[in-house]
Amino acid sequence: MQLIYEKSVPGRRGVRLPASDVPAAPELPAALRRQEPAPLPEASELDVVRHFTSLSRRNFSVDTNFYPLGSCTMKYNAKALEEAAKLFAPYHPMVPLLPHGASFSQGCLGLAYELGATLAEITGMDEVTTQPMAGAHGEMTGIMLIAAYHEAKGNRKKYVVVPDSSHGTNPASAAMVGYEIITVPTAPYGDMDLDKFREVMTDEVAAVMMTCPNTLGLFNPHIQEICDIAHDHDALMYYDGANLNAILGKVRPGDVGFDVIHVNLHKTFGTPHGGGGPGSGPVGVKKQLVPFLPAPRIVKYDDGCYGVDAPAHGSIGRTSGFFGNFGVMAKAFAYITMLGRDGLIQVSEQAVLNANYVMSRLKDVYDLPYDQTCMHECVFSAARQVKNGVHAIDIAKFLIDKGYHPPTVYFPLIVKEAIMIEPTETESKETLDAFIAVMREAAELAESDPAVFAEFPKTMPVTRLDETKAAREQNVCYFGC
Amino acid sequence: MSTASYCPNTPEEVREMLAAMGASSIEDLFRPISPALRARSFDLPEGMSEFEMLHRFEHLAGKNAQHLSHFVGGGYYDHLIPAVVDHLSGRAEFYTAYTPYQPECSQGTLQALFEYQTAICRLTGMEVSNASLYDGGTALAEAAMMALRITGRNRLVIDGAVNPFHREIVRTYLANLDVELVEIGPKLGMEDDLRLRATIDDATAAVLVQNPNFFGSVSDFRRLAADAHAAGALLVVSAYPVALGLVESPGAMGADIVVGDGQSLGNPLSFGGPSFGFIASRKEYIRNLPGRIIGETVDKKGERGFVLTLQAREQHIKRHKATSNICSNQGLCALRGLIFLSSLGTQGFAELARLNYDKAEYAKKVLGAIGGVEVMNGGATFNEFTVCLPKIAEEVVVALLRKGIAAGVPLGLHYPEMERCMVVTVTEKRTREEIDTFARHLEGILCS
Repeated sequence: MQLIYEKSVPGRRGVRLPASDVPAAPELPAALRRQEPAPLPEASELDVVRHFTSLSRRNFSVDTNFYPLGSCTMKYNAKALEEAAKLFAPYHPMVPLLPHGASFSQGCLGLAYELGATLAEITGMDEVTTQPMAGAHGEMTGIMLIAAYHEAKGNRKKYVVVPDSSHGTNPASAAMVGYEIITVPTAPYGDMDLDKFREVMTDEVAAVMMTCPNTLGLFNPHIQEICDIAHDHDALMYYDGANLNAILGKVRPGDVGFDVIHVNLHKTFGTPHGGGGPGSGPVGVKKQLVPFLPAPRIVKYDDGCYGVDAPAHGSIGRTSGFFGNFGVMAKAFAYITMLGRDGLIQVSEQAVLNANYVMSRLKDVYDLPYDQTCMHECVFSAARQVKNGVHAIDIAKFLIDKGYHPPTVYFPLIVKEAIMIEPTETESKETLDAFIAVMREAAELAESDPAVFAEFPKTMPVTRLDETKAAREQNVCYFGC
Repeated sequence: MSTASYCPNTPEEVREMLAAMGASSIEDLFRPISPALRARSFDLPEGMSEFEMLHRFEHLAGKNAQHLSHFVGGGYYDHLIPAVVDHLSGRAEFYTAYTPYQPECSQGTLQALFEYQTAICRLTGMEVSNASLYDGGTALAEAAMMALRITGRNRLVIDGAVNPFHREIVRTYLANLDVELVEIGPKLGMEDDLRLRATIDDATAAVLVQNPNFFGSVSDFRRLAADAHAAGALLVVSAYPVALGLVESPGAMGADIVVGDGQSLGNPLSFGGPSFGFIASRKEYIRNLPGRIIGETVDKKGERGFVLTLQAREQHIKRHKATSNICSNQGLCALRGLIFLSSLGTQGFAELARLNYDKAEYAKKVLGAIGGVEVMNGGATFNEFTVCLPKIAEEVVVALLRKGIAAGVPLGLHYPEMERCMVVTVTEKRTREEIDTFARHLEGILCS
């Protein structure tokens, strides 16, 4: 399909702006004035509509396809959430920061505050900041809070401990805050090796970052013990909330001993993923970390009004321009408001039911390296199919031709040829049965006609793409007219 | 019955599923979690239908002041958004997809982001762009860290006229790293950039400036770029994208890395987010860019297609050695930016910039004519300018807010020595009538 720049016709116009109602001002000095206008697409409004509508049809999405992308919680995004967020589109974030401005923004400040308070109850933490704009941003914020805590106490800390099954963002976030990383291997039973963990724990460890349930979809039965060991060294426990969808109302990380948590509103709380973002990654903390929370801090006064507090003395400072991805926060608060207590508990129960159902119906045809009751997702290996030359990526491409977005493949890194399936609670048994049938068909085909996989996908606008060429040539910008 | 639920399985289906896996109840599946670990509380209200929720949210939104006349900017701007932006970005095939890991079934997102990267390069005068960062402030912090990596140096110089919030974000990002951050006291314009230029030394990784700066002044950074380059340092420019329809591109002025906030390109105010940050650079620095990058390639049949490229920089491969921890970005907001730019086109975008400039110049003249009000910017401005008042600006701003006018950012918030000054923003949305009304009320308040 042509680029919109290639469809451009010099002189063609799209949307028109209002005519000016003021006199034309003298020109900017020549040294400051743009010499060549930025060459943008020149298209009619209909050209633009056709172009982007055509592009949209070259995508799989939750609304068009089952999308069991493990670790990403691709649940249905209720349409009412979009309507809820639009209600807050016209409000400027500077207004409450102006002197006495908070009284002009009570609706927005109230929403952000009440969302934070609700997330604190859901996760068992004492206070939540909604500033972080994605999960990884929340991780970085959380680790900064931990660094500030240790600095205030005069602790000398150098390391952050992560299990080898962790999301790549965990070590990357800790490294951005200046920590060295210690990686602990996974034991044969599917959780961080407890003996190895004990060995690496010293007083120089600042934090332990855990995903629970972990990226194998397993709930760590030793989690309390891990928290205790960490706390013995005054290391704080960080909870990666990517998998919170499994435990709503069942477990609260704060009750178990975690000190800091981020939640992904775009995963657990039903906001759309936007083709890569925007997300939102609020961070919850226990009391001892509250003084370090980022600015601005939204507060509720005794009279029920909301305000913006001056940052506390120890605050880590500002991590986003204003109040985080407010539009995403509004959607998540709408989701929580609609589902309520029982609805959220049902989310986790049905998510876990769906994942276990898929796992039980596929484990005779795919290797299941950690064969236990899973939580909201399950991780198979294509090792058996690889013997016939069919890899996880080949099965993924077969699924595309069958109309399914593939599961996450090759993650977690500790499972060879990993196929990570997260069905989510919003999929019906019929959808799961159809998906299971296609996965079984893939396994059979891998036995009967493995060579055929190289051709998949055949039904998409493009066949398999040459990623080496892309990396070598680095054409990331169109240089034509 | 009135609670919304998006779980479709009927009780009968649940029974069938449990039977198929040999479990007796859903609670059975949670048995790996011992009772000692179970939630001690989950005290949330009952749910409700979408209709009741929306009713409640309308009430909540109504608690904000309605229909303010916005002359306030500070990094976020009240611009027009063509209807096509909402409609096209509202196609669920875009907004309910995720990161395009599987390129064959994600060509829509991938091609759109390639076109977005192209638009950013063309606006900024750069050669390569990523597929978006969180916002303008974090993009500046990422650019600072990128400059540290490229040069292997550990000293940064930042102009005090860079948006104070963005400077705060840079400070927060660098707080735990072994980096010297030198902040140069604010100047209203670059008429005298000697102090900034004099601060560059052989240990400096980059100089960070903003154009137009926080006070609204538009500057020529060519001399600064030359000095930085002579010392082996990079020039990082934070740019306001709408200004790039009229003001010379940072690339043409010698910038090495250009960042900014894309909110003004088709994203609503939405109380500060989501918008998107952009980052673009010279091609030689592409491997040091943070975040996702889309690259062009071909498929097995030689057809053009697009993929995530240079992923070996990223956290899911490199883990703690990645160029950044960013995973989710602001893809949908970047798509909105591309649709916005496409619907206006070359000429429309230049006209948009011109409208902003003309209206701000008109407002400058009208406000500057009020007794005791002085326009502080010596040189050129775009759509923001700084005025000094005969009263404390915060008090004036409060009085105007009560009249439905968000007059500007009082500078005392950020620069205690400038408590009588405020920055006024005039976008294309402000009518001559609104500007005149603003001036009338301001005059009334100053006389009282």
